[in-house]
Amino acid sequence: MSFETAGYQLAPVVPELVLAVGSMALLMLGAYRGQGTTKAVTTLAILLLIVTGILVLLVPAGKQVTFGGSFIVDDFARFLKILALIGSAVTLILSTEFLSDPSRRIFEYSILVLLSTLGMMVLISAGDLISLYLGLELMSLALYVVAASNRDNAKSNEAGLKYFVLGALSSGMLLYGASLIYGFTGTVSFTGIAASATTASVGLVFGLVFLLAGLCFKVSAVPFHMWTPDVYEGAPTPVTAFFASAPKVAAMAVFTRATLTAFPGIVSQWQQILVFVAIASMALGSFAAIGQTNIKRLMAYSSIGHMGFALVGLASGTVEGAQGVLMYLVIYIAMTLGSFAVILAMKRNGQAVEQISDFAGLSRTNPLLAFFFAMLLFSLAGVPPLAGFFAKWYVFVAAIKANLFTLAVIGVLTSVVGAYYYLAIVKTMYFDEPAGQIDPVRIEVRAVLAVAGLFTILFALFAGPVVSVASAAAKSLF
Amino acid sequence: MTTWPILSVTTFLPLVGALLVYLVRGEDEAAKRNSRWIALWTTLITFAVSLLLVARFDPSIADFQFVEKANWLAAGITYHMGVDGISLPFVILTTALMPLCIIASWKAIQNRVREYMMAFLILETLMIGTFSALDLVLFYLFFEGGLIPMFLIIGVWGGPRRVYASFKFFLYTFLGSVLMLLAIMALYWNGNTTDIPTLMHTAVPRSLQTWAWLAFFASFAVKMPMWPVHTWLPDAHVEAPTAGSVILAAILLKMGGYGFLRFSLPMFPLASHDFAPLIFTLSTIAIIYTSLVAMMQEDMKKLIAYSSVAHMGFVTMGIFAGTMQGVAGGVFQMISHGIVSGALFLCVGIVYDRMHTREIAAYGGLVNRMPLYALTFMVFTMANVGLPGTSGFVGEFMTLLGTFKVSLPTAFFATTGVILSACYALWLYRKVVFGALVKPSLTTIKDLTFRECLTLFPLIALTILFGVYPKPVLDMSAASVQQLVNNYNTAVTAVKAAALLQ
Repeated sequence: MSFETAGYQLAPVVPELVLAVGSMALLMLGAYRGQGTTKAVTTLAILLLIVTGILVLLVPAGKQVTFGGSFIVDDFARFLKILALIGSAVTLILSTEFLSDPSRRIFEYSILVLLSTLGMMVLISAGDLISLYLGLELMSLALYVVAASNRDNAKSNEAGLKYFVLGALSSGMLLYGASLIYGFTGTVSFTGIAASATTASVGLVFGLVFLLAGLCFKVSAVPFHMWTPDVYEGAPTPVTAFFASAPKVAAMAVFTRATLTAFPGIVSQWQQILVFVAIASMALGSFAAIGQTNIKRLMAYSSIGHMGFALVGLASGTVEGAQGVLMYLVIYIAMTLGSFAVILAMKRNGQAVEQISDFAGLSRTNPLLAFFFAMLLFSLAGVPPLAGFFAKWYVFVAAIKANLFTLAVIGVLTSVVGAYYYLAIVKTMYFDEPAGQIDPVRIEVRAVLAVAGLFTILFALFAGPVVSVASAAAKSLF
Repeated sequence: MTTWPILSVTTFLPLVGALLVYLVRGEDEAAKRNSRWIALWTTLITFAVSLLLVARFDPSIADFQFVEKANWLAAGITYHMGVDGISLPFVILTTALMPLCIIASWKAIQNRVREYMMAFLILETLMIGTFSALDLVLFYLFFEGGLIPMFLIIGVWGGPRRVYASFKFFLYTFLGSVLMLLAIMALYWNGNTTDIPTLMHTAVPRSLQTWAWLAFFASFAVKMPMWPVHTWLPDAHVEAPTAGSVILAAILLKMGGYGFLRFSLPMFPLASHDFAPLIFTLSTIAIIYTSLVAMMQEDMKKLIAYSSVAHMGFVTMGIFAGTMQGVAGGVFQMISHGIVSGALFLCVGIVYDRMHTREIAAYGGLVNRMPLYALTFMVFTMANVGLPGTSGFVGEFMTLLGTFKVSLPTAFFATTGVILSACYALWLYRKVVFGALVKPSLTTIKDLTFRECLTLFPLIALTILFGVYPKPVLDMSAASVQQLVNNYNTAVTAVKAAALLQ
């Protein structure tokens, strides 16, 4: 085919094609065989994600560009795709209990997660504004529906609706920004924009601001974070775990790729925006979380703060910064999924309990669960020798190297404030009197928690290889 | 040469012990007993291994010995361990005190024994690691990691206000340390490595020296603790269980002084010289002010906590005098204080276990029922005062001597601290031990048991031994201290000479 010759090879997109075809096949399976297939569809979906992951690793090495430059597969994309796939697969594993309830046998759930993951993969590989938008919308539309998947629950519906309305608004802003950028540079491809955007014209900066606003919404950075606490609280817990993990990876990925490859000529313009957004996110994430009593709401503020820390790396605009973002995402995903596994495990008489006071005395009734959660919380606070420290180390080293001292100082100070509320949960679990037994924890939740917990605790032992992979991935962007 | 990594074994042996304790199952008496014995044997074996370090240590070499190096994180951050004459005494102090702490907790801790022993063993690994890490990131890992077990020890096994005290302890220290973390990053950026021996020989630009010194100071001053950031210490001490207080006073506080010696002085000599007056002022205030505060205390642990702050004032003063006597005295004073203050907290713990109160007013006349205890307590009180013939005297005398050459007013005001320490320490001793035994609750109080003697008598021996014969400690550190002082003076005089030429 003439397509093949003119930079339109299909080899780089094989994983995406397999994922797309596979999810449609599963959709057919579910549609024709009814809701009884929920369990089978979920299992097959997890397998499909694993197969896709293997295929991602099998895409020929080096930088592959296809579809006329709008789809890029490089080390950066491979790294983050694997991460997003892990996030989605673990979410599906954690969802099995949620889906086993007779009133919630919805096979579409897994399909939607798959389609959303497909959107993420497109987003991670996006090489121009069109594929960026396509990936973003595919990801988000599936997420809106998943948020409302607990159909009989008013809060879940509210979460879905709220997410949809605000998400649509942010998409509008992003599109507006994209059209302005196209108007002032005459191209939508990142490399083309980079070539013509060497000076900061007002129109271009205007477009850039809107683009960044749209992206900030997706990573839930301040001041576009308002949806996060409500959606996190309202959505079913496995869905919240999903929101907090894989989509954040994809959004951060495109954020990094767009800023670093499309606007390297006007770093100072977007750097000041990112510095502000990072400081605001870190500060709000730390201070607003102090007053929370619901653990899911707290995790929402925690994730806002953590996205702020990741943005610190991006704000430095260097290879080290990109490497810092990648390290942060790896560790953040592990910590988040582990924490949500604990939240999912918290059930009394079949009812999920979500108040922080419900964790009281967990170290006596369920020592191992409490221990892992405590380690995850210390890690989220950034206390060495746990993984969270290394995440912060790499982003702040990048900030220091880029002479962003104020940002670094404010960042570490907010991390001390953040430590307070993580400690408060540890205190509830370890110092307070037990609030009663919790139900036996399901095996898949335990498995996820053990893997995430051990990853967090033992990260120092195998940090070297992770760092070198992340470093290679970051270099592929430049 | 040794073929096995003796330093890493010393460091991580307690961690192995913690894993063994973890394997102990059940909540019954047998499980508790097993946890205690495993912990005790682990700490004893660790101590034995650390004595091998002493045996094979060559005190005539100023540089690091038992060096181990392995790849860790990419780009200049390695797993690098080693000890020199300054750090080895602290390693030994740690390994020597841990078995005593375990013995001291034998009866006092009946609740969640397994977790308690695990926390202590993990803490031991982190403390030894802090003193033997030769990479800044590795150091920070051990230094900060110690917060987690200590937070839990205070919070889970502590007194009535344990939550407040544990949070204050954690957040205070964490706040200081994150600033140090930024300075570590800046040094990494400047030298592209976090290797401590390399950084010691890397000239750091003067402006960076100032900022980095301040950032390190933020961390170590809190840890030390220096006035005015000492307020977490009395709370933490009062609420912590006895063994926790011992570790806190004897070892965790020394990390601050060790940090000054390992980082501030060798890496930022010019900034250290510039800021020496600040340190002198704060040290003098600490010595006088906290001694006065100590006199007004009603709680025995709080009194000793404040006296610790005062004694640490001598250490900082000696270290930043930058003279041979001052620095060597600082090291000696830290070791001596580790022994003496640890022993004093054990003494308080002994009466607390019997009476469940630390109020000074609740005691009096103990000498009538507890002669052995009175004698022991007296030895440590005298050492705390700095009576010649006890280890406390040597340290205070040397630091004062070292400071005298550099800053007369500082030495003058600091010397009043010696008198003040006699006031509060003797007052405490008189109130608790002497007088008539009139309180009805004390009439049945028992003297030291064999187990308690086991914890205290080795410390008595060391206090008096180092008091009359301080040579072992001083010799061990002499070469390294000499090198440190020489490098410091060379750097400072070079700058002064350059300034004169202009």
